[in-house]
Amino acid sequence: MDRVFSRKHLLGIRELEAGEITHLLDTAETFREISRRDIKKVPALRGRTVINLFFEPSTRTRTSFEIAAKRLSADAVNVSVSTSSVSKGETLLDTARNLEAMSPDCIVVRHSMAGAPQQLARMGNAPIVNAGDGSHEHPTQALLDALTIREHKGRIEGLKVAIIGDVLHSRVARSNIHLLTKLGATVSIAGPGTMVPAEFGELVETGLRVEKRIEDAIEGADVVMVLRIQRERQDNAFFPSMREYAVHYGLRPQHLKNAAPDAIVMHPGPINRGIEIASEIADGSSSLILDQVTNGVAVRMAVLYLLAGGSHSDVDADKLEPRKNKAGKRKENRG
Amino acid sequence: MKILIANGYLVDPAQGVNAGKDLLIEDGRVVGLLERGREVPAGAEVFDATGLIVAPGFIDLHTHLREPGQEYKETIASGASAAVAGGWATICAMPNTDPVNDSPAVTRFIIEQAERAQLANVFPIGALTKGSEGKELAEMGEMKNAGIVAVSDDGRPVPNAGIMRRAMEYAHGFGLTVVDHCQDASLSLGGVMHEGRWSLILGLKGMPAAAEDVHAIRDCVLAKLTGAAVHIAHVSSRGSVDAVRRAKEMGLPVTCEVAPHHWTLIDEALADYDTNTKMSPPLRSRDHVEALLEGLRDGTIDAIATDHAPHHADEKALEFDQAPFGITGLETAVGLAFDLVHQGIIDLERLVRLCSTNPARIFGLKDRGTLTENAHADVTILDPACEWVFDVATSKSKSRNTPFHGRSMKGAAVATIVGGRLVYLNPDYSRVTDAKHRQASAK
Repeated sequence: MDRVFSRKHLLGIRELEAGEITHLLDTAETFREISRRDIKKVPALRGRTVINLFFEPSTRTRTSFEIAAKRLSADAVNVSVSTSSVSKGETLLDTARNLEAMSPDCIVVRHSMAGAPQQLARMGNAPIVNAGDGSHEHPTQALLDALTIREHKGRIEGLKVAIIGDVLHSRVARSNIHLLTKLGATVSIAGPGTMVPAEFGELVETGLRVEKRIEDAIEGADVVMVLRIQRERQDNAFFPSMREYAVHYGLRPQHLKNAAPDAIVMHPGPINRGIEIASEIADGSSSLILDQVTNGVAVRMAVLYLLAGGSHSDVDADKLEPRKNKAGKRKENRG
Repeated sequence: MKILIANGYLVDPAQGVNAGKDLLIEDGRVVGLLERGREVPAGAEVFDATGLIVAPGFIDLHTHLREPGQEYKETIASGASAAVAGGWATICAMPNTDPVNDSPAVTRFIIEQAERAQLANVFPIGALTKGSEGKELAEMGEMKNAGIVAVSDDGRPVPNAGIMRRAMEYAHGFGLTVVDHCQDASLSLGGVMHEGRWSLILGLKGMPAAAEDVHAIRDCVLAKLTGAAVHIAHVSSRGSVDAVRRAKEMGLPVTCEVAPHHWTLIDEALADYDTNTKMSPPLRSRDHVEALLEGLRDGTIDAIATDHAPHHADEKALEFDQAPFGITGLETAVGLAFDLVHQGIIDLERLVRLCSTNPARIFGLKDRGTLTENAHADVTILDPACEWVFDVATSKSKSRNTPFHGRSMKGAAVATIVGGRLVYLNPDYSRVTDAKHRQASAK
């Protein structure tokens, strides 16, 4: 591996270099195979402790991190804090300090407020993985999306990606916009004017377009990402009704006619069937929603491995198959 | 007690003085300006101000002291101590204490506490509406008798234009300036930073500049309707500076102030989610900062005010969304204001206008903001060349919430005289000498 990921934390995609992202994806690829074995476990993080500190409810992401840690032989502990620090009486930092006193090797943090993982990273000692903070970033989601795209399209560079829906409140959209544009894709975002403000075009230097109609964003797209309507993040009405949303911004089969012929459809889940995505698409052949979930484990294994101090010898040779030819080919494409 | 401030360069725009002069003060009042090198009046102590600027005492129109109610953040004494250390001889205390200063009893309490502290002059600002709830008018007349110098619902701007109109009309009857924190809550609700590229990057809810603009424009329109003197607090947006500029062109009694952090920092400073960059109005984008500098240059902006807003470290250690708005400012404002002088945006004379002459005029503070004969002997002594680094550990405030810790500054207030008493002297400037020394060092 020519590029190393030498950061202490994974807080967001925005601050990463393209080479670091590629290295994370390459590492994830090597881990993907472990989940296909009968004995789904390697000793890479044996004796290490990973704490999943979730201040916001989550099934998918928490389970994914937990399985990833366990498949690397780390001891995974889940801590769910259902209320915000203020109402609970203990502050975010006190909670984290208490956990740090138990010497974890990595803390995975999910929080409803943007910046909480950054604050923890600044104050504490343990490596922090951002598992989603408010409307800010969700870096492992973007990585698993990229891994899925690479798996099916063989590359990221040069692809046209449409992101549809509530971009304003979406940490998934932000992380994906950063990642995809850094790796050379063109991203078009579209949704209701209240959720896709025109200023979004300034989020990144190049490669991002803001459209009003989802049809315009989907035109010629190789990848269509549909965002979840996050009712819990909307403090007031951003659109008149679910019915109207489904009619104007929900992805339906006819939209895909103008996409690239082999376009793939993704969704970070959980899906609101019949609202942002029609069931025919969610369950159809172009949908990669479950592949995304599978790749999520591989990506999180890679992230934990790189941050929680796994050493290369632990995953070498017989314990972990060397990379397949496919990976080598992909490298050429990246140039 | 008689003090001769000798060999300094005296800047007093109110009387058009911008020259090397000695200043004689006695018993809390200015005796007069003397030609340099004259004999030291009998019994006078000499403050050797060689190489220093002597200005009328600086007046901060916008200070939050947390007493009564939140003494763990700041007391009147600790705030006044920070004030004089920062060169402010006078501070005007915003009414958002607990209880709110909406009654003569609270007003008198603040004044008594300030008298006990014997540091800065502390002039209370009364609430515009009872409890600053924006519903019923507060007892402005009674508070004026007790000593308030202006009225404001700072931090909780009156949303209802009809009530604001009545409040302005009523305040106008007592000659009280209405100070308004311009922010339309329906546009800014839930916001924690400036709305723009950086709020989108950080995923934090934005407060659009438009929230400030529409409110400032509303207030200018109401100033025209009511004839009341309206002072727009801490302008931070291009739109509100433009609104004040237009109002002045129309001859309306509208003034405004700017806080140093708003021209010094931009919203990008929030990139690490440091809660010491969270304040309201928020740090804005570069375009807005340009507008503030234009306003300072062309005189649209009348005053520099600190918006000193102390908060305990534990409160600022919360999540960005949860942390309270505000930063301390009394000890950093003058250093940051000197940046404007060194960058050529304003000259020294204008600096004194912004920090003393105009604030006195805006709140109608009689015999202050000038060093004419018989004015109050409030003096701020400045060293434009003083190079220093702000260390929050040395702050006199009880709170530590500043984004300027470790910042290099050039230019400082090195001594502050309030009511004829030297209440602050930078330890590096031991200039109080006797007459003999002064005569020896005089040209």
